[in-house]
Amino acid sequence: MKPKALILQAHGSNRDLDVMDALTLAGADPTGIPLNELRMNNALLRSFNLLVLPGGFSYADALGAGKLLALDLASYFADEITAFVDSGKPVIGICNGFQALVKSGILPGNNVIARRALSPTKQSPANDEIDSGYRPRNDSVTLTFNAQGHFECRWVNLKPISQKCVWTKGLSDVIECPIAHGEGNFQTNHQLQITNLQSLDQIALTYIHADGSSANGEYPVNPNGSVLDIAGICNPQGNVLGLMPHPENHIYPWQHPLHTRGETSGSGLKLFENGVKYASQL
Amino acid sequence: MPTYKFLIHTKNNDPRRAGYLRDAHALGFHHLQSIIVQDLYFIEGQLLQEELQKLSLKLLTDPVTQSATWMELPTPLSPPKPDTVILEVALRPGVTDPVAEQIVRAAHELNLHGVHRAATGQRFILQFDSSVSVRESVTESVVKSLLANNVIQHWIIGEITPSFPEEIESSGTVETIPIRSLTTDELLALSKERRAALDLPEMQAVQNYFLKEQRDPTDVEFETIAQTWSEHCVHKTFKARVTIDNGQQTVVDSLIKTYLKSATDEINAPWVISAFVDNAGIIDFDDEFEISFKAETHNHPSAVEPFGGANTGVGGVIRDVIGVSAKPIANTDVLCFGPQNLDPSLLPEGVLHPRRIQSGVVAGVQDYGNKIGIPTVNGAILYDEGYTANPLVFCGCVGIAPKGKHRKNPQVSDRVVVLGGRTGRDGLRGATFSSMTMDAQTGEVSGASVQIGDPITEKGLIDVIVRARDLGLYNDITDCGAGGLSSAVGEMASTIGCDVDLAHVHLKYPGLAPWEIWLSEAQERMVLAVSPKNIPALQTLCDTFDTELTDIGEITGKGRLVVRHAESVVVNMDNDFLHEGIPQRQLKAVISNQLPVASDMVNRQSSIVNVRETLLALLSSPNIASKAHVIRIYDHEVQGGTVVKPLTGVEADAPSDAAVIKPIGTKGLKGIVLSNGINPEYGKRDAYQMAWSVMDEAIRNAVAVGADPERIAVLDNFCWGDPLRPETLGTLVEACRGCHDASVFFGTPFISGKDSLNNEYLGVDGQRHAIPPTLLISAIGIIHDVNTAITMDLKETDNFIYLVGDFSTEQKSVPSVPTSAPQVYRALHKAITSRLIRSAHDLSEGGLAVAAAEMCIGGRLGMELNIEPSSLVTEVNGCLLVEVTPANVSAFEAVFANLPFTNIGKVTQHPFLDIRLSVSISVTDLVHAFNNPTHL
Repeated sequence: MKPKALILQAHGSNRDLDVMDALTLAGADPTGIPLNELRMNNALLRSFNLLVLPGGFSYADALGAGKLLALDLASYFADEITAFVDSGKPVIGICNGFQALVKSGILPGNNVIARRALSPTKQSPANDEIDSGYRPRNDSVTLTFNAQGHFECRWVNLKPISQKCVWTKGLSDVIECPIAHGEGNFQTNHQLQITNLQSLDQIALTYIHADGSSANGEYPVNPNGSVLDIAGICNPQGNVLGLMPHPENHIYPWQHPLHTRGETSGSGLKLFENGVKYASQL
Repeated sequence: MPTYKFLIHTKNNDPRRAGYLRDAHALGFHHLQSIIVQDLYFIEGQLLQEELQKLSLKLLTDPVTQSATWMELPTPLSPPKPDTVILEVALRPGVTDPVAEQIVRAAHELNLHGVHRAATGQRFILQFDSSVSVRESVTESVVKSLLANNVIQHWIIGEITPSFPEEIESSGTVETIPIRSLTTDELLALSKERRAALDLPEMQAVQNYFLKEQRDPTDVEFETIAQTWSEHCVHKTFKARVTIDNGQQTVVDSLIKTYLKSATDEINAPWVISAFVDNAGIIDFDDEFEISFKAETHNHPSAVEPFGGANTGVGGVIRDVIGVSAKPIANTDVLCFGPQNLDPSLLPEGVLHPRRIQSGVVAGVQDYGNKIGIPTVNGAILYDEGYTANPLVFCGCVGIAPKGKHRKNPQVSDRVVVLGGRTGRDGLRGATFSSMTMDAQTGEVSGASVQIGDPITEKGLIDVIVRARDLGLYNDITDCGAGGLSSAVGEMASTIGCDVDLAHVHLKYPGLAPWEIWLSEAQERMVLAVSPKNIPALQTLCDTFDTELTDIGEITGKGRLVVRHAESVVVNMDNDFLHEGIPQRQLKAVISNQLPVASDMVNRQSSIVNVRETLLALLSSPNIASKAHVIRIYDHEVQGGTVVKPLTGVEADAPSDAAVIKPIGTKGLKGIVLSNGINPEYGKRDAYQMAWSVMDEAIRNAVAVGADPERIAVLDNFCWGDPLRPETLGTLVEACRGCHDASVFFGTPFISGKDSLNNEYLGVDGQRHAIPPTLLISAIGIIHDVNTAITMDLKETDNFIYLVGDFSTEQKSVPSVPTSAPQVYRALHKAITSRLIRSAHDLSEGGLAVAAAEMCIGGRLGMELNIEPSSLVTEVNGCLLVEVTPANVSAFEAVFANLPFTNIGKVTQHPFLDIRLSVSISVTDLVHAFNNPTHL
């Protein structure tokens, strides 16, 4: 049976159909479900094997990209998403989806307070806040405005790193695909957080030169100024991946910018095939 | 109720600071040392300190990069540090503020129900060097030219008070206008006073109608007529009876019928599904789908509020495509601005600097297109002093729909339903505003005419309507554009009649008079005619996608437009009068010879002694140099269908001739090709030949990437000056005639069009500033197999370079289109589909030399050219450079047998453009020149 993938369509998702196309090609059976529909039947999530938060501009990026979608996740789906993540089923958040995963604390996910904040509480919200000492869900990493100060759309080269992440495990070839974002600059205010990500093998993808050498922060190879050229990270378990670039926009040879020169390498499809294969083995 | 002000501090580097400072220095404010910007949020409500803290942490800041302070208003303002000025900016009441709306919604989601209202603003901290003594007056100039726009914002040195719309009771007030008793002078005065832009015969037609009805009109009726009869809605110049005086008198009865529709009729292409009747033109795509295309302008709003003007221009043209039940899949934008390095002291009063206009317009296009998720794939940016006061913003949109699903047939007793955003005072009288010449006061008095868009609400409309279409839930659909409900409902009911109640319309805030509700140009609204039995299903869809549905009345079948406001009838007019009663305008045109000599062309010719300098200067000149800094901030990849991207080549920095899109969800290999042709320089010289040239350019560009020349359709967009001046109308007539002749010549039909007239600015100096006669041709073509698409970058060493087409070096004010052009394009297409060509690039501005240089840039390869330097920069039509592998030479030449072609050189590994072995320019130098525009 093909793994069933739920593509969560938030108010302002716009690469939902793109990623459904990629999942279909990768062997999954994707269904787009509008957020309001899922709200009416939270338990629906359990019947799926794979969860996708697609790219877009949920709530027009008001108050920070992904922030209000993250609030929705915590307000309406905290139980179900926590259970889904804990069960080890694969989750991927792309671009706006990544931003929502980070701002909800699901990623990097190694923050105890973050997990507690995401879990539901029967107490009044004010008490909940006092209990957690006003700690936000995630106060150590963020995706902020690109260092260049503006939105940017260009193709990048990605190096799969993490062998823990079910999406990047076993991949060695460079992935070529576009970015299209204004707030993809991965930053932290704790050096410890970076050390943690490295030691726990949570850095899933980095921006690199076409020849495979490190971008070293150099624009536009690293297109947004992310620390350590980070393009995507996973949770400590490895089943949740968040990334800024759009591998779903490189699944056909004719999408490659140099296809008229005969160059079609670096398909993003293998990332999805990896996740789908993992989902089907669970 | 208390109001709290939150001030957001950015902990690390805020990239906005550098951007503002760069712009300030470019505008001549060299004494500014830094500009710090801080976001402001105003929250009105009864809130505890804990709740304010929760707001700050959970909603208003990013804990990693920001922190916030908050106080109840008014706050004590500490005196600024020496050499600094603190000022604050906020939106005017009633201007759309999507962030504020989200704050209230999300606060309630966080159970902070005490939050009543919210507003946003910005604080700027300007630091001057100590040499500036009158900082307040300099600050005022900085704010006016860079930081705020009076049209939508207010600002103050010191602390600002938030601008919540005043809550006043709905007035329901309807005035009666005693039109029956007015003299001719008084009729004209009334037209002017209400900014109706109606002339005397039109005012008299209104008077006669109400004499016949034996009553005076309400203000709602008068405003409805003014909108319905505006240039914007009814195109009266294009439908006018024009008497042309060029020695003898000839009469053209309707430019649109005589020149544009007639060409489409003569060509009679079987693949044209709908031309000139619906919101967008529609052509055949494959067995399953049809594609629609529309381009509009939003010039006047973009002149006074560049971001909002362009933003809502994009939103508006997308709604045109939704209005033919299609899903939008690609956007185009062509922009015309004044020189970016214009000396600010030369700016006419009341006009924003072209640099400010460009950055605002580009940000507006970016904001809407990116957020709604439609790729912006084709466009152009042109600079001319003539656009300083009147920038042009052309927005295009392509849609796709399953065949036979679009319904345009309202039924008696259908409900009239408004979907989408709420109605406010936004954009009142936009249709008549866009039909008038601007003056220095326009920016202030017409403030309400400009709005800010809300792309996510429009995305909801797309989600609802695409599904409602597939379920067959509506019988008619149209968009709310200029004229608002008056245009949309009026047009929907134009043959059948309706009865609607404005009291049902959902308002953003109370207090609107009936005429304001009826005419509001609030964005993101569509009007549908829905059978009562389908309302519940449509309501469910709307709930799913957070889209508001409002039932405002019904289709009656009585042939009259009836509008109520609660108990009172505010409009009751005969449809025939409203839609057919406008008298045909009688206009005079004079056709004179335009500029006979192309001075700059002659200059280029004489300066050709130094090929190197000429070419490098051309490559970095504003109209030719790279537009990458703009293209890269538009998402051109979303929806995954972009086969040929706007920038191409090994370093993705060379300009594509056209875009190729393979729409997601279509089977097979077919794609859509999008290109454009525009040339204001030619417009100044000879409007007739200009029209030929831009038609040829658009077609040539499309064919260059692989479009089938027999499957190309075009849109016209005319931007002209005041058509009441016979000379101006004369050039418009000539351009239309050129469109007709070129369209028939190529067999390329027009499927839709639009005009924007009165692009003139009456300066305080009393002089008219008119734009160059500007015609944009937007082409949409079919490529039968996207795998055959080619790009313009050189591919391999030792391939041959051919010049195809009639290369005439004859000096003319505007180059003519060679008679061989259609055959050349057909041959080229055959060669492309037979895979005989590795790259192709059209010769346009800058001639052969620029085309060759751009191909070298694209491939990072060299080229040897064996051609007379004197013809290097001659501008021609109908010609392209193509790259052919040695193995394909004979097959290629066979395809071009009996057509003009010349082998003029070859691709070299040596990375230099070599011309006749006498001139040699390194590709590195070409790249540098192209990527470093002299004017930025």
